[in-house]
Amino acid sequence: MKRLLAFSLAALPFPLAAADWPQFRGPDSAGTVADATIPAKPKIDWTAPLPGRGLASPIIIGKKVFVTCSSGPKQERLHVFCFDSDDGKKFWERQLKATGRTMSHPKTSIAACTPCSDGKRVFALFSSNDLAAFDLDGNLLWLRGLTVDYPNVSNSLGMASSPLVVGETLVTVIENDSESYTVGIDVKTGRNLWKLERPKAANWSSPVTWRADAKSAPVVVLQSSKGLTGVDPVTGSVLWNYNEGASTSSSSVVAQGVIYAPSNGITALSPKADGSAPERVWRSNQVNPKTISPVILDGKIFAFNSAGVLASAEIKSGDAKWKLRLTGPFSGSPVGANGRLICVNEKGLVQIVDVTAPEGALAGQLQLPLKEGSKEMVLSTPALSGKNVFIRTDSALWRLGE
Amino acid sequence: MLSRLIVLPATIALASLAPLRAAVEDSVKTLAATGREGSGNEAASAAWKAVVGEGPHALLALLAATGKSGPVTDNWLRLAADAIADAALHAKQPLPLAELEAFLKDTKNADAARQLAFDLIAKADAALAEKIEPGLVNDPVQELRRGAVARLIAAAKARTGDDAKGAYLHALDAVRDEDQTNEIAGALKKLGMTVDLAKHFGFLMKWDVIAPFDNTNQKGFDTVFPPEREVKTDAEYDGKAGKVKWKTVESKDERGKFDFNKPFGSLKGVTGYAVTTFDSATEREAELRLGCKNGWKVWLNGELLFSRDEYHRGSQMDQYKMKCHLKKGANTILVKCCQDEQTEQWTVEWEFQLRVCDSTGAAILAAK
Repeated sequence: MKRLLAFSLAALPFPLAAADWPQFRGPDSAGTVADATIPAKPKIDWTAPLPGRGLASPIIIGKKVFVTCSSGPKQERLHVFCFDSDDGKKFWERQLKATGRTMSHPKTSIAACTPCSDGKRVFALFSSNDLAAFDLDGNLLWLRGLTVDYPNVSNSLGMASSPLVVGETLVTVIENDSESYTVGIDVKTGRNLWKLERPKAANWSSPVTWRADAKSAPVVVLQSSKGLTGVDPVTGSVLWNYNEGASTSSSSVVAQGVIYAPSNGITALSPKADGSAPERVWRSNQVNPKTISPVILDGKIFAFNSAGVLASAEIKSGDAKWKLRLTGPFSGSPVGANGRLICVNEKGLVQIVDVTAPEGALAGQLQLPLKEGSKEMVLSTPALSGKNVFIRTDSALWRLGE
Repeated sequence: MLSRLIVLPATIALASLAPLRAAVEDSVKTLAATGREGSGNEAASAAWKAVVGEGPHALLALLAATGKSGPVTDNWLRLAADAIADAALHAKQPLPLAELEAFLKDTKNADAARQLAFDLIAKADAALAEKIEPGLVNDPVQELRRGAVARLIAAAKARTGDDAKGAYLHALDAVRDEDQTNEIAGALKKLGMTVDLAKHFGFLMKWDVIAPFDNTNQKGFDTVFPPEREVKTDAEYDGKAGKVKWKTVESKDERGKFDFNKPFGSLKGVTGYAVTTFDSATEREAELRLGCKNGWKVWLNGELLFSRDEYHRGSQMDQYKMKCHLKKGANTILVKCCQDEQTEQWTVEWEFQLRVCDSTGAAILAAK
């Protein structure tokens, strides 16, 4: 019992503020946060230029916005920025050089993994498998060069899985065709707590956290082409497996103790406390995310198919609801709040969807004025905080408001 | 008496500087002690903050330690130097630019350290960096050359006819980066001159090749087939579908790509080998740089340099850089290239390109 209590306390995250968006797809990787507001008719509040490319989403802690990018002819210059969320003024910038390989598909970049934070530290991971931890004031806390440590950890198309903090463990997915691991790293020291051998296959999906209920210890859910694996974030022990395959691009989403996995369409799974395989609640290929992650809002799950059609289904039953064709193509995932989804296509067209309308409806649009004459694309997922939306493109960080 | 009065404060001042220097040295030593899998991180975290707090007078010590303990340690040092520079510039405090410039100009200093020195100069005084940059056109650091080469290309673009040709050829002598080389070669082609890119980059074009051995279920990657035990180009072995013998081939590709599909047919689930002899004029350090989208292994004089079992995720020039030591005279380079069983159109390639160069990417050509 004491052991269980200690486990639970150790795994408790540092308290984050209501307006914080600490990782890819925000608190609990849910793509939504209760206190945020998405404006129906967004306008640009400010823009902060970036010296390099990237598809890593911004994250927000307090009034600080953190974003990464990569620059140089081989994208070997890795940047971590901290901006003032009020006005886009730069608080600090740190730059390191890639120690791992920087080859990637031309569409993606080395700043592909969204950084994450435990509220005290920021962890920036790049496709080169360079991993740096800073305090919120930009002081370097520790460094890792994961390709220096494990020389065959790389992907010639680029790595993209975003790290996740669970308690005192930074879960770092560095899975690929060759030397393939997920590493649990001590947030305080950057040292390995555990290293788990994973399927030898390229994997761009990001881990999520699952809890049976608010009082239970968190379980890290790793995803791969084989399926899902529940892992104890403290020890790295495998707790359970689901072996029916899953996407290697689109990530799962968790709501009320159920995992909605991009597996054979969407498969809703209810893990068991006894370590047995999760129970299937429902499965539907009517909502079929290809590369983009689903989001849950107001009792429905939403996902884009490869044709840019936003499909929805009831989360309790999987029953398909309305579909809405938006202007694509999309790479970034939608996020939602106050009955609205914000979806940004690759060309920088911001589209606000009213999900409370009987058949879903486009509530507003805004074209970001991307860099003229460039091939600039928007591949990232927006971040929400208060009444603002933060979007990063290949040349800038943008704050949208009402 | 007067002289004693003058000497005394100076002695006190020097004495008071000594602990400062020692503090910086201790911190830098701690940063330089970081190693694999985060070893030394705990102590380095405190040392980093301490050395950054010392301000610009710590920069030279950070530079002196850079390039000596591995790339991750270099990042600890670089991030400290960068943070010092940012804080100093914010406080309108000068950086020791003359010392940084002198450090940069001394090519005995480590490559990574000299690059850092240039970056600090550029951050503090863009005009000074602009002034220095053209002089770096033949620098031993590949990245430092780039700006100077860009200037030569820009100058060549402003010229016409033979003047332009001469200017582009001058740039071609200096260039090391692939994208800039392409730009120069493209411009020269328009001016009626074809650049031998294979020679420029140092791609190895002539190979003895043998295939197919098995790679069903990708098991051939770790199977030791006869060419790994002996390189005997007149030998015959049992292959995947009968006897196999070595063939001599020469790549006609301007980037030195050798395509196994050409002599052996479009096969899947197979393994091939290519061997060549590289005659080095001297004993020296070098790099073998490989581009390959198949599973591969590379040996130099019987020593495995690196291997990777990734298939069809992409290929590019200099995708893998392998540091090596060439002996004077004949050096045997053996490449194992494995093709998997995927059937998609984009998985047809069964090929590699390999070149011998120095650390700047300059071709090392065979002596004969």
